[in-house]
Amino acid sequence: MSSNITLSWWLAIVPEISLTVLLFIVLLYHRFVKPEDKRQIGILTAWGAFVTLLITLGLWLFFSEPGVEPMLIWGGMIRHDLVTLVFRVMFLVALMITSLVSVEVERLQSSEYYGLLVAATIGFSLMAAGADLIMIYLALETASISSYILAGFYTQNARSSEAGMKYFVYGAFATGIMLYGMSLIYGLTTQTNLAAIASVLAGQTSALTGTAAPLVTAVTLDGGAGLSTASNAALLLAAAMIVVGFGYKISAVPFHFWTPDVYDGSPTAFTGFLSTASKAAGFAIFIRVFSAGVLGDPSSSIWWGMLVAICIVSMALGNFVAIFQTNIKRLLAYSSIAQAGYAMIGLVTFSQSGSGATMFYLLMYIFTNIAAFGVIILVSNVTGSEELEDFSGLSRRSPYLALAMMLAILSLGGIPPTAGFLGKFFLFKAAVDAGLWWLALTGIILAFVALYYYLSIIKYMYLYRSDDEDKAIPVSRAAQVGLGFSVFFIILLGIYAGPAIDWTNQAAAAFFAG
Amino acid sequence: MEAQFPFLSIITLSPILAAVVILLLPQERRENARMLALAAMILGFVLSLWVYIGYYQSLSGVQGVLWSDTLLFVEEAKWIPSLGIGYIMGVDGLSATLVLLTAIVGVGGTLISWSIDDRPREFFAFFMLLVAGVHGVFVAVDGFLLFFFYELAVLPMYVMIVIWGWKERREYAAMKLTLYLLIGSFISFIAFLVLYFQLPEQGLPLTFDLRVWAEANFPFDVQVIWFMPLFLGFAILAGLFPFHNWSPDGHVAAPTAVSMIHAGVLMKLGAYASMRVGIQILPEGTVFWMPFVILLTLINVIYGSFIAMRQTDMKYLIGYSSVSHMGLVSMGFAAMNLEGFVGASIQMVSHGVMTALFFSVVGMVYDRAHTRSMDELSGMGKVFQWPMVAFILGGLVSMGMPGLSGFIAEFPIFLGVWRGGDLDLAGAAFNLNPANYYPWIAIISSIAIVITAAYVLRAVGIVFFGDYDPHKWHDMRPILAIDKATLVGFCVILVIIGVFPSVIAPMVEAGVAPVVNRLETAQQAANFMGAAQTAAAHLFAWLGGA
Repeated sequence: MSSNITLSWWLAIVPEISLTVLLFIVLLYHRFVKPEDKRQIGILTAWGAFVTLLITLGLWLFFSEPGVEPMLIWGGMIRHDLVTLVFRVMFLVALMITSLVSVEVERLQSSEYYGLLVAATIGFSLMAAGADLIMIYLALETASISSYILAGFYTQNARSSEAGMKYFVYGAFATGIMLYGMSLIYGLTTQTNLAAIASVLAGQTSALTGTAAPLVTAVTLDGGAGLSTASNAALLLAAAMIVVGFGYKISAVPFHFWTPDVYDGSPTAFTGFLSTASKAAGFAIFIRVFSAGVLGDPSSSIWWGMLVAICIVSMALGNFVAIFQTNIKRLLAYSSIAQAGYAMIGLVTFSQSGSGATMFYLLMYIFTNIAAFGVIILVSNVTGSEELEDFSGLSRRSPYLALAMMLAILSLGGIPPTAGFLGKFFLFKAAVDAGLWWLALTGIILAFVALYYYLSIIKYMYLYRSDDEDKAIPVSRAAQVGLGFSVFFIILLGIYAGPAIDWTNQAAAAFFAG
Repeated sequence: MEAQFPFLSIITLSPILAAVVILLLPQERRENARMLALAAMILGFVLSLWVYIGYYQSLSGVQGVLWSDTLLFVEEAKWIPSLGIGYIMGVDGLSATLVLLTAIVGVGGTLISWSIDDRPREFFAFFMLLVAGVHGVFVAVDGFLLFFFYELAVLPMYVMIVIWGWKERREYAAMKLTLYLLIGSFISFIAFLVLYFQLPEQGLPLTFDLRVWAEANFPFDVQVIWFMPLFLGFAILAGLFPFHNWSPDGHVAAPTAVSMIHAGVLMKLGAYASMRVGIQILPEGTVFWMPFVILLTLINVIYGSFIAMRQTDMKYLIGYSSVSHMGLVSMGFAAMNLEGFVGASIQMVSHGVMTALFFSVVGMVYDRAHTRSMDELSGMGKVFQWPMVAFILGGLVSMGMPGLSGFIAEFPIFLGVWRGGDLDLAGAAFNLNPANYYPWIAIISSIAIVITAAYVLRAVGIVFFGDYDPHKWHDMRPILAIDKATLVGFCVILVIIGVFPSVIAPMVEAGVAPVVNRLETAQQAANFMGAAQTAAAHLFAWLGGA
């Protein structure tokens, strides 16, 4: 196989290679340079992410890598297509903004913290590119293990340690179940490659190897029409088990129980990263495994109903429980559960426009949620806690921070001219297109429940007074750049979304071209 | 079409630009916010006047059967071409009139709020956004653009009511208003999307361009099923019974300028959009449902005025009177003939100016006397001569006094309802002759005029002509010249429309004629009962299938 390795194989993993280089630089920087200004490490990471982002986009724009035709490379482990690119851009942007807004947090000014962020990003990036169950699992573990440590990064803080532990135990359990589901699929099809699984399940010969493995023929052939009843039940079980692992990653109900505690206990900077990049990575493998039709035609499957149920319950529970939160991180934790439900609307339509809408939604969610968490970091750096009351009088204290927060909140709530409005619009449009207008209607009605608590955050910032109104909150240059960048894209994607949605729709075409 | 000066874009977008500039003003120059806001509003006013006059002059050339023929000042650009979303703006006679109304109320609202001292930068920035959103809805020719601006208009309302509103009710009222309006608009939106995906079956491209929609003929059962969601979502904003509840609370809690925009323009937004999107797109659905809607509007008119009679808070009084008067607008639409539509359109303008006037008077009194309760206010006429005269004039307008704009508006509405029923297929289906009972609807609803006279005169009597207590009302600030100018401006408009109806009637007639024409051609669905049964069967089959 080694003789077949071409330049484009290497180009396909340039972002990961570049991130790995960055990881080593970050790790060695403190050791050798010993900077006096501890903030440099965060800024270095942000620059690294930015350069990688430029390289990734440059390869696409100027060398058509990835091209229009998807490539299955590195022994079928990695699929190099536009979906990979879209998600990579999301992760790199998330890494960059997260580094920028966490520069000022003293307890995080260490090479371990930024190194782990970069390592997690490598994991996410490979998850999005993974075209093989084994690859997906390995990438997921790379990302997860980094995340576990990051969640418990404040070792002196009991709640942070609890968050790390809880995240780890829950994650280990969920991925264990998922792995069992994957092994069932292997047992049924003798394949781990997603494309091969899809073609075996469709009763055809494997597209990858050119011939069907003999065992497959023995087990599954039912006049060439697919699986027998017993195998169908096993497949359903496998699908359910895989959903456990993925659902945990995107914090969908009923796999969400870790979310509030972990979001609350983790360092706020990491919470922002966790709620966006990690969720997006979960959706990436969701799209790879489910939307690609790997587990068969959705319309005839029970697991489709299961996904719709998860979607609705996530939206409902997340939004209703968020109303009662007084801690803003817990509030955003429940809101992120609900947002996962919204993003799933696009998935369950199993259409090109649906998957495209989901990707657009995740893209705008990265900017939006990290902007919101960025403001929380800056505020809680001064106040020392993350209660909603700390935001009282913010508009008199720091008008621009309040404005940034308000735009982020409006985007989460789906009000124009922010990106969230178009994000929801594309999702609902895809749902109606697929005949699921009742799902869109449910989503919309629940969006107004969400609006209630989103608006109350605005109320705290703009209406309520506090004793510290005359003390402005310091915002470092790095944080200004990070927040400014996010807000710019929140507005840009809100009024000029044409290229972005075309891009994600084009990416989704890879699955639904036929 | 040759390139032309983008009037509508400038009218719509210049307030947004002003808002951004105002927000970026440095702390020490924050006082300039007022001047910037006023400059933007005056620019908008001059341009909308230009557009209005320009349209008026070319009226003879635009009398068309198709809506797209009546649009002038059209601007087109691509926005999200892959989904058929375009940035398309244009005005017909009605929307040109409403744009001018918005600009007038915008200038008035800016002048009335001149003395706001709590965070003026934010206040004027949000006010600019609000005005921009309203302008945008009126000039949008693209369905998506219309929804976009509609949502854009609702949010500043929330923030402004919450921050600068009346302390006792503001949080409750702002939340209620926002949720009502957004839920309504999104329900319309779903209906709109469902219809969007039906376009290819009509042989039309997938587009949000309303000019295409205005000529689409959706199947009868589709129209019947989706008319109510599409229409009601916007009718909520017009204060249609039983969804009017947000409106008086919102009026009362809002600061003066927002009340003016809210009652003066925003409720017209609902009426306009429910006509432009609901009635125009689904004429057969309209013909099917309007006989029922007219009953709702009847309740609107009567019930609103009775409740207004009970109020002692002047803002609640005006709030409920708005519900009653907006009921007349919806009733005019529900009459489904040209008289009704023209009357409803003039009523939108007349009521818009009239309520803006009312709210500015109440705002002036409240700022100085610190109460709006009619139990406490009395003899205000001694100190507030200008507001008194203005209030009395507004009161006469709301009673429909001939020679003022209210008469010009209400007379055609009642005439239209009296003569209505030509398109009422429901009555015919039940072996009733609509010609027998439509006059009764007109007669009953005209009772509202009497009740209006009662509560307006009562308010005038108590508040302005009661006993004046010089000890209770001391150290009251005088009425500023700027306030007087605003009041005079509003009064002049009310009188001009009343004396010279021809400045407005041909305009709105040109605007609504295509819609009425569409309704008349929708008579093909004459078999009401059969059609209803088919539609019901379709609906159940569809629900079962989903």
